[in-house]
Amino acid sequence: MMLRIRIFEEMVGALVTANEIRTPCHLYIGQEAIAVGVCTVLRQDDTVWGGHRSHGHYLAKGGDLKAMMAEIFGKATGCAHGRGGSMHLVAPAQGIFGTVPLVAATIPLAVGAALSAKLRGTDQVAVAFFGDGATDEGHFHESLNLAALYRLPVLFVCENNFYSTHLTLKERRVKDNIVESAALHGLASLVVDGNDVVAVYQAASQAVDRARAGGGPTLLECRTYRWRGHVGPALDLEVGQNRQRDLSEWMQKDPIMRLRERLREEGISDADLSEIEQRVAAEVDVAVSFARQSPPPDENELLHHVYASRRGA
Amino acid sequence: MRELTYAQAIREAHAQLLAEDPRVFLIGQGVWNPWYAGTSLQDLDKEFGRDRIIDSPVSENATTGAAIGAAITGMRPIVFHPRMDFMLLAADPIINQAANWSYLFAGQVSVPVVIRAVINRRGEQGAQHSQALQALFAHVPGLKVVMPATPHDAKGLLIAAVRDGNPVLYIDDRWLYDLPGAVPDALYEVPIGSAALRRSGRDVTVVATSYMAAEAVKAVATLAQRGIDVELIDLRSIKPWDHNLVYSSVGKTGRLVIADAAWMSGGIAAEIAASVASEIFHALKAPIGRVCLPDVPAPTSALLEQAYYIGAEDIVSTVEKVLVSSSRS
Ligand SMILES: Cc1ncc(C[n+]2csc(CCOP(=O)(O)OP(=O)(O)O)c2C)c(N)n1
Ligand SMILES: [Mg+2]
Repeated sequence: MMLRIRIFEEMVGALVTANEIRTPCHLYIGQEAIAVGVCTVLRQDDTVWGGHRSHGHYLAKGGDLKAMMAEIFGKATGCAHGRGGSMHLVAPAQGIFGTVPLVAATIPLAVGAALSAKLRGTDQVAVAFFGDGATDEGHFHESLNLAALYRLPVLFVCENNFYSTHLTLKERRVKDNIVESAALHGLASLVVDGNDVVAVYQAASQAVDRARAGGGPTLLECRTYRWRGHVGPALDLEVGQNRQRDLSEWMQKDPIMRLRERLREEGISDADLSEIEQRVAAEVDVAVSFARQSPPPDENELLHHVYASRRGA
Repeated sequence: MRELTYAQAIREAHAQLLAEDPRVFLIGQGVWNPWYAGTSLQDLDKEFGRDRIIDSPVSENATTGAAIGAAITGMRPIVFHPRMDFMLLAADPIINQAANWSYLFAGQVSVPVVIRAVINRRGEQGAQHSQALQALFAHVPGLKVVMPATPHDAKGLLIAAVRDGNPVLYIDDRWLYDLPGAVPDALYEVPIGSAALRRSGRDVTVVATSYMAAEAVKAVATLAQRGIDVELIDLRSIKPWDHNLVYSSVGKTGRLVIADAAWMSGGIAAEIAASVASEIFHALKAPIGRVCLPDVPAPTSALLEQAYYIGAEDIVSTVEKVLVSSSRS
């Protein structure tokens, strides 16, 4: 799955460079272990909530790769029928009710999904994925408090990649201590190496088990790094002071490389691994052809869906 | 006269205001980096220092509220929101607080803050990066709203806004940033509340806002070739707006088309149409035409964007329709 995301994102980056994709794309390269580690723990009926950088969340939670590629191409076969593009993904059957680019906007919505599960008496869990930048917003703090107060089954996953657009974490807060917000609001928390998929998986398992059992919310701070620019495929070497050095250090901690080494140690052969890689690359190629060949949205449908067509079932 | 682009004119207004008045400072996201603001704030931090040019965390509510607090206590802040959509997170400080304080406290406290919001259109950015919400804010007593359409007005209205002494929403449009135009060197004001007569004509009055004022210039040229003589008004100040100029023009032409690149329902065009209909109904020879966006969120796919957005051709066709309906009557 991490490879699927990586190869998908590299393809999207290449297509942006080739001007075949115009919608702004925020690539997830380097952060794959977080979406995969968390979503591997989840059930299909658990919900995930994301933002502008959510290609990885969508795939890891079971979203259809072809439908996302077509959406990014702005085609009628896209998961949002071309209305959304890269920053607005949806797959309700997989528990993805919408990812949107207004920073922090979906954190309270995840709390609402958890409240809904509690009121409906199910043991579904809701997961909010958001960046370090989103913790600058009041939404984050208010949501932690609500979730703790009502012991809601929600997992707050902060992907701390040390950037919000052109500003580093240090330029936006005095301390590198996002995780401490949890204790202040009375919820459990964990800091985890966001580039270690096994560590993320273990931390998420613990948090999700607790939430399902009625033990309330957890804040998980996953420490990672944004390899590419805020938007698009460029490396963005001009932002921050030590970007070049930090980037090379973090690339040594590539989550995919680390998992590969681990699998090798466990006796999985390089041939098996490269077969997986080829299969995934072929799947992405098929998705690109599908997206290219798909029809554009029908402009007569511009006015459709402003309101839901019938009362909710 | 010397020419600047719209973005350069905004930058020059900032620089001159910052140099002239130690109470002026700038706070918002992306003010140290051209990524959001283009050249409109370029290197102001180098020139005036990062104490006065503050690139902020992703905290619209707190930064706008803080600017309002600073304004109340003697400063003249300019808050920058790189998208009008993000500014909605600051709806409370703007609408509940800044707009009300002068009235609430019987004029003993005032809020001389300028809140700048940028509108984006197209670029496949979708519904949350493309909203033009001038009408929402113009609805609120206590707020002033301006939307410059030329480099000259971009500079003069920012200066007037900072000196106004009230909360002023300054809305600019990314699509105008490269537009060139004559801009005086001096620090000058374009009075808030006065519209600009861009062209005199006999047949029909076109009132346009912001980007649509630029589109209207093209539409007027096309219509002139077809023998239609348009009087063009660039509204530039949305609230208060220039009733006198609009009424006297419609009194002369008898026909009105309003172009505002925002949603039609409850919009600026509706407000102007209603005022004209109730104040100078007898002057009208034809139904009033409105050129606005359809009442749907901005779609992403380029093809849907094409169907959604409006431009010069829509002004042309609406003007022609209004003329046809008046010749019938
Ligand atoms: C409410 C709001 N304010 C500002 C923005 C502009 N913006 C888009 S992405 C982003 C960075 C957010 O950083 P972070 O949450 O750390 O996510 P990352 O990009 O690092 O994944 C910002 C500020 C926005 N989309 N919404
Ligand atoms: Mg970040």
